[in-house]
Amino acid sequence: MMAAGYKRPESLQKRITGYCPGCMHGQVNKLIAELLDEFGLREKTIGVLPIGCGTLSMMNFNFDLVIATHGRAPAVATGVKRSAPDRFVFTYQGDGDLAAIGLSEIMHCANRGENVTVIFVNNSIYGMTGGQLAPTTLVGQKSTTTVQGRNPKEVGYPMKMCELISQLQAPRYVVRRALDSVPNVIQAKQALKKAFQNQLDGKGFSFVELLSNCPTNWGLSQSESLEWMRANTMKYFPIGDFRNEEAAL
Amino acid sequence: MPVISVLKECCKSCQLCVPVCKQGVLAVGAETNAKGYNAVVPQEGKKCVGCRACVTICPEAALELEV
Repeated sequence: MMAAGYKRPESLQKRITGYCPGCMHGQVNKLIAELLDEFGLREKTIGVLPIGCGTLSMMNFNFDLVIATHGRAPAVATGVKRSAPDRFVFTYQGDGDLAAIGLSEIMHCANRGENVTVIFVNNSIYGMTGGQLAPTTLVGQKSTTTVQGRNPKEVGYPMKMCELISQLQAPRYVVRRALDSVPNVIQAKQALKKAFQNQLDGKGFSFVELLSNCPTNWGLSQSESLEWMRANTMKYFPIGDFRNEEAAL
Repeated sequence: MPVISVLKECCKSCQLCVPVCKQGVLAVGAETNAKGYNAVVPQEGKKCVGCRACVTICPEAALELEV
């Protein structure tokens, strides 16, 4: 069977992104845009962007956006969705935004079971600010604030957000996927599709964590960064479904 | 026959598409785009089989496939 063709999605502006070459933030933008096109949701969508590299998506997406203050995207999305329930609302957050300064907002949004979709891009470092230690930085991984590598005796262990959120009762769909290879990108898109469908069906809170790379701050080439992800990030953060229920509560 | 085209001004020359193409269709080109990146170009004489690997891995949606 011949595969279908491919066109750049309408939900993306026709311009170059602000991301570094080979950064999988662009991939996440692309997958979201493809799905919004496929669902025919572009005119009904309000995306809530974070502070960090994710903010650059504002130059890339071709639909309505709000940029929340640092870490507060799930709270803003709650307000948007409750005041305009007919809109499709998602947040797009990095690990510094979601797992550090925004930890309270994400946990309570998940705990309330808000009918929004949270897309969590985990590249295990602060990208935009220059490669500082993030809550998700791996043990031994070097950052500009842990030049000898992360030492758990000083700064603790990396936080596993899917595992934390799946302890709550309300979330309906909590999964982790990776963006290191063609098959995994396809699986990531399927997970996002399911999360989007959950919101359209009014099923409640969906959380999709996407393991990503940061060639610039990891100090690796684009292809090396994907190999490093497979050898390190994906070992500590296993991909899988942590909550995938047809009926919660 | 499937044909790959490159949106030259969107390509950042990250080259992730080059190794995933088992047919060797894509290679880094000699010309730079407006942002200074050497966009990839489909190679003469190489046959695209429409497997979608390159359009899937491209983080910039800079590749389009016509079947």
